[in-house]
Amino acid sequence: MYHVAYFFDQLINGITLGATYGLIAIGYTMVYGIIGMINFAHGEIFMIGSFISLVVFLILGLAGGIFLPLAIFLVLVATMVFTAAYGWTLERVAYRQLRGSPRLAALITAIGMSIFLQNYVQLLQGARNKPLPPQITGSIKVIETTNQAGQAYVVSLSYLQMMIIVLTVVLMIVFTYLITRTALGRAQRACEQDRGMAALLGIDVDRTISLTFVIGASLAAVAGLIFMLRYGATDFFVGFLTGIKAFTAAVLGGIGSLPGAMLGGLLIGLIEVLFAGYFNLEYKDVATFSILVLVLIFRPTGLLGKPDIEKV
Amino acid sequence: MAVDRALVRRRGILIELGATALVVFALTISLVGFHIKDVSGGLSLELRYIDVMSAVIIAIIGRGWLILVRHGHYWWVSVTATLTATILIGSLIFGGAIVQKYLPFKAGLLQWLLAIVSAGFAVGSAIRGVRKRNTTPLTAEGLASFAEDTSFMDWVSAQVQRSSVWIGAIIFLFAAVFPFLPGVNLRYLDIGVLVLTYVMLGWGLNIVVGLAGLLDLGYVAFYAVGAYSFALLASPDSPLLQELGWTQGISFWVCMPFAGLMAALAGVALGFPVLRLRGDYLAIVTLGFGEMIRVTLLNFYSLTKGPDGISKIPPPSLLGYSTEARMDENTLENTTEFHTALDIPFDQSHTTILLYFVILIMALATNFFTVRVRKLPVGRAWEALREDEIACRSLGINPTNTKLTAFGIGAMFGGFAGSFFATRQTFVSPESFTFIESAVILAIVVLGGFGSQIGVVVASFLLIGLPEMFRELQEYRMLFFGGSMVLVMLWRPAGLLAHREPTIRLYDGKCAGKAEAAAR
Repeated sequence: MYHVAYFFDQLINGITLGATYGLIAIGYTMVYGIIGMINFAHGEIFMIGSFISLVVFLILGLAGGIFLPLAIFLVLVATMVFTAAYGWTLERVAYRQLRGSPRLAALITAIGMSIFLQNYVQLLQGARNKPLPPQITGSIKVIETTNQAGQAYVVSLSYLQMMIIVLTVVLMIVFTYLITRTALGRAQRACEQDRGMAALLGIDVDRTISLTFVIGASLAAVAGLIFMLRYGATDFFVGFLTGIKAFTAAVLGGIGSLPGAMLGGLLIGLIEVLFAGYFNLEYKDVATFSILVLVLIFRPTGLLGKPDIEKV
Repeated sequence: MAVDRALVRRRGILIELGATALVVFALTISLVGFHIKDVSGGLSLELRYIDVMSAVIIAIIGRGWLILVRHGHYWWVSVTATLTATILIGSLIFGGAIVQKYLPFKAGLLQWLLAIVSAGFAVGSAIRGVRKRNTTPLTAEGLASFAEDTSFMDWVSAQVQRSSVWIGAIIFLFAAVFPFLPGVNLRYLDIGVLVLTYVMLGWGLNIVVGLAGLLDLGYVAFYAVGAYSFALLASPDSPLLQELGWTQGISFWVCMPFAGLMAALAGVALGFPVLRLRGDYLAIVTLGFGEMIRVTLLNFYSLTKGPDGISKIPPPSLLGYSTEARMDENTLENTTEFHTALDIPFDQSHTTILLYFVILIMALATNFFTVRVRKLPVGRAWEALREDEIACRSLGINPTNTKLTAFGIGAMFGGFAGSFFATRQTFVSPESFTFIESAVILAIVVLGGFGSQIGVVVASFLLIGLPEMFRELQEYRMLFFGGSMVLVMLWRPAGLLAHREPTIRLYDGKCAGKAEAAAR
C-alpha cells in the first residue's frame, strides 16, 4: 500500500511540474514551427512572467482583502498581458529583422537576448531570491497509510495542485480551440506550412508571427505564475534550466507539434520527479537529458512529430 | 469628399507615437515601475514612477526623431539631437549635481548612453541631410541607419580577407612583443592571457561550427573534461593521485596532451550517437551534454571533490625551471627556479609572461592546424558537408565519420585550452563551466564571421578584452554583453568580418569583378 501511495504522490508532483514544462514548451514549438528558430530567450520570458506575477500579488496584497479566486484571476490576466508585451517586443526588436538570415544568427541573437533579459531583471530587482508566502493553502486527503518504518504517510492533493491541473487543462482547451477553429489559428497554421503562399493569399504574416510570440509568452507567463505558487520563490536565473527542459520537452514531443509539446512536457515532468523520487535526486537533470538523447537517436522526429524529409 | 492628407498623416504619426509610448509603458510599469524590496518578514514594493516616466519620454523622443528622419526633416533632428547631447554631456562633465536635480535620472551610465545615442542621431541625420539621400526608409529598430555602413563593412571584410597574411603577421608581431611593451602591467598581461584563451577556444570551436557546420552549444563540456583531466593528474590535491599515493603532480607538458586526448575521446563518445541529427537537434543535445558533464562534476564527489573543486594546480615549468617563488621545500625538491638559473631578480610577472607565451603558442598551433587542415581531404570534406550533406553523401563521403573527426578534433583543442585554463587558475570547479561559457565561445565564432580566423581574434577582443577592461561597470557588464551580441547580429547577421570569396568561379574573374563594381 505504501508503494502505491508513494507512487501516487510522485505522480501528482510530476503532473504539476509537467504542466509548467508543457506550457512553456508550446511557446518553443510554435515559434519553431513558424519561423524555424530556437527562441532561446523563451525561458527568460517565463522568468519575467514569474516576476510580474509576484509584483501583481504584492500589489493585490497591499490592496488587501480580495476574494482569493478573484485575486488569482486578476494576477493571471495581468501577468499574461504584461508578459505578452515582452514577448511581442522580443520578436519585434530582436528577431524580425533576422528572418531569412543564417539560422545561427537568429540563435546567437536569441542567446544574447536571454543574457540581456536575465541581467535586466537582476539589475532592476536584485539578485536575491524573492520568497512569497503560500497563497493557496489546504488540501484533501487521498490515501492514508504507513511507511516501512511504521509512521503515518498521507498522500494529499492540495488545492494548489488541483488549481494547477485545472488551469492547465482549461488553457490547453482554449488554446487548442484557438489554433484549430479560429481565423487566427488558420493563419498561424498556414504560415507554418508556407509563409510565402500565405502572404500571397492575404494573410498578414508579420502580424501572425507577432501573435504567435504573444500567445507563447502569455502561456509562459502562466507557467511563471504556477512556478511562483508552487515553489513560493523566484530569482532572475530560474528561466535558464526550466527553459532548456521545456525545450527538451518540445523536442521529445516532436518539435512543431502542439499536442507533442504538451505530451513532452508531461513526460519530462514525470521523468524528472520519478527519477528523483526513486533513484537519485542529484542526477535528475542528467536523466532528463539522457532520455532526450535516447529519443533523438531512436526517433529523431520526436514522439508526435512528422518526419521531415529533406528533398533536393 | 476631399481627404485632408496632412491630417491623415498627422493622425498616423500620433498613433505611432502613442503606440510606442503604450508599449514602453507596458514593458516598464511591471518590472521597472515596481521594485520588490526585501523587508523584515517578507517583501514590499517600492514605486519608481520617475524611471517609468523617463523611459516613456525617451521612447517618444526617439521615435519622434525616427519619424522626422523618415519624412526627411534631417536638420530638425540634427539640431535637437545635438542640443540634447550637449545638455546631457554638459550635465555630466560640468556641475552634474545642479543639472541632475532637474533631470529625472540618476544613473550616470544611462546618461552617457543617452548622450551617445543622441549624438549618433545628430551625426547620422546630419550626414543624411548633407547627402540629401533618402535611402532605405528608417525602421523603428533604428539599426537600418547602419544600412550604408553595411556595404562599407563588406568592403572592409573583403580587404581584411585579401590581406589576411599581412594583418595576421602584424597581429602576431604585436602579440609577441606585447608583454615587453612599456606600460603593460600585470593587469593588462592577465587580460591578454584571457583574450588569448578565448581566441584559442574560438579557433577550436571554429573547426566544429565554422568548418564542419555543426552547431555545438556544449563546447564547454570538452573544456571542462580537459581542465579536470589535467587537474586530476597535475595537482597534488587531486583525489586520483592521493588514491595512488603520489605526493607530487605530473608536469604540465605531460598532462596537457593527455588532457586533449581525454577531451577528444569525450567528443567522439558524445558525437558517435548524436551526429546523425539535424542542426538544431544537435545544438540542443550538445547543450544537454554540457549540462550533464557539469552536474556530474558537481556530484561525483569522490573523483572531482564536487563544488569544492581541485586546487593547488601548479603553473607550467619552463624547460624544467620553475617561475614560481619557492614556497614549500618538499614539493619542489628537484626544481630550480627560473630566476636563479638566469641570474635575474625574481619577479612576480614571470609566471604570467610564461603563461602568456604558452597560450600564444597553443593558440597559434590551433590556427596553423586549422589553416593547413582546410587543404587536406578531410578539411575539404568538412566544408563540403557544411554546404550540402546530400551532395556529399552521393559523392561517397561518409557524413558520420567526417563529422566525428571534426567533433573530436574540435574537442581536443577545447581540452588543450581547458588544461591551460586549469594551470592558469590553479583551481578548477564546476562553477567555471556553465552554459554561459559555451554561449560566449559560440558568440565569438559567430560574431567574428564563420570560418574567419581573424574574425575570431577581433570578436574575442570585443567580447572578452573590452568588458574585462571596463570591470568598473561590473554590474552592467553582462547587460551590455548580451545587448551588444544582439546589436552586432542585427547589424551584420553573417558576422563582423564575414566575407566568402568563391574558390572557383564559373565565369572568369572579370565578369564577377564587373558585377561587383556595378553593385557598388
